[in-house]
Amino acid sequence: MELLSPVAPGWGGTLLVGLLHSIEIAIGATCLGLLIGVGGAFGKLYGGPVTRDLLAVYTTVVRAVPELVLILLLYYAGTDLINQVLTAIGYQRVDISGLAAGIFVLGFVQGAYSTEVIRGAILAIPQGQIEAARAYGMSPGLMLRRITLPSMLPFAIPGLANLWLIATKDTALLAVVGFFELTLATRQAAGVTKAYLLFYLAAGALYLALSLFSNLIIGRVETWSRRGMPSVKEAR
Amino acid sequence: MAGEVAVINVVARASLWLQPHRIVLILIALALVFCAAFFMRWDWLPQYWEMGLMGLWRALWILAVTCALGFTLAVPLGLAQAGGPFWFAIPAKVFCTIIRGTPLLLQLWLLYYGLGSLFPQYPWIRESWIWPYLRQAWPYGVLALTLSFAGYEGEVMRGAFAGVPRGQLEAARAFGMSRWKIFRRIWLPQAFYRALPTLTGETVLQLKSTPLVATISVIDIFAVSSKVRQDTYLTYEPLLLLALIYMTITGILVLVFSRIEARIPVKIG
Repeated sequence: MELLSPVAPGWGGTLLVGLLHSIEIAIGATCLGLLIGVGGAFGKLYGGPVTRDLLAVYTTVVRAVPELVLILLLYYAGTDLINQVLTAIGYQRVDISGLAAGIFVLGFVQGAYSTEVIRGAILAIPQGQIEAARAYGMSPGLMLRRITLPSMLPFAIPGLANLWLIATKDTALLAVVGFFELTLATRQAAGVTKAYLLFYLAAGALYLALSLFSNLIIGRVETWSRRGMPSVKEAR
Repeated sequence: MAGEVAVINVVARASLWLQPHRIVLILIALALVFCAAFFMRWDWLPQYWEMGLMGLWRALWILAVTCALGFTLAVPLGLAQAGGPFWFAIPAKVFCTIIRGTPLLLQLWLLYYGLGSLFPQYPWIRESWIWPYLRQAWPYGVLALTLSFAGYEGEVMRGAFAGVPRGQLEAARAFGMSRWKIFRRIWLPQAFYRALPTLTGETVLQLKSTPLVATISVIDIFAVSSKVRQDTYLTYEPLLLLALIYMTITGILVLVFSRIEARIPVKIG
């Protein structure tokens, strides 16, 4: 048990730092994914034929290839590309920080899934609301901010919440590329102390606590976003 | 006549799909493929393709076995949560929550490194017939993937079992069917049809999880590509080919499942 203590001889501190890194990446990736998702959903719904087809290729390919393969591909391709661009302009090569690379890679993957979630949510908005907004002469930007985004939220939240949970678990995959997050921290701690079962169980408990805590928050957010709407039970 | 109409239909649909911008996009895609074929290095292929086929076979085998075993586990898990007594429902619920709340990679490493490090301490395990299996990596991979599939699919099956209309079960009971017969003839088939669309997604997710077994030294197709990368110092070629292979398998899986779905004649009410 003293192996888990947060101060120096124990490895609890290492695990907690790993957990912090995991949460940072999950938050960053979800935010980036949301940005891509909103853009992608609008492109898919209102974009020209070329945009639509390109987005269809993006979402299909990303959802058909294992995350592990995508992470490796994007990790190497992304860092390679940035360095080549930098040397082309005449700057020095830089080492991309693991955090930025992790957020970029996972965000790119999350973007494909959230594109589909948000597209579905926008399609679920009653058509009259959009027409009313147009009738009032709202510009597309204003309509997006005032009408489309708020009224799609209750439809999108369950899907997006699921994506957040997937993001927290997908951070574990970054251990394979050598990024220091909870799973890799666990592996190092277990490898040094040989107490494999103890550390993996502890890390599992941390992940589980994160999931359960997220579920609690998500429930709150969901009731908040549904305020003013008829409850699901009555509608049945 | 009917044949002519069908041909015209196909042509009309094809011309609707093949708009000018799509032709340009397809040409660009073909140009990219040709660039990849000519300017990238593929001379390692003849040396590794046999190993790659073995890896592919292993990945598909793991996928099939874990999906089948996982689904058989998911049925009792879903049944317990949908209509079982509390001492059966609560453990099932806890199991599903734990599996769904922790990353698969962690579960895999917990089983392989954690559990695997416990076994050698007991002499009676080392002397038993099961020891040769426990020393290898693949049983741990299969076990972890099976449990993961069961956890996710158990939650789906709970919804499917709960979604079968009460009247159907009451009618079956009124016909004097035994409980086992109700389950076999009425409850399970209808729940299965309900779960089928999500089963496609779960199977594709499971396929995308199989490369994780490469991290515990099972030589699947992902591990083969890693070996190629180590041996030849090529970064992109093996990964691109690997992505293409996974996309093909996903496409085939989706096609097969949509065929099965189309064959189900009943309307779910």
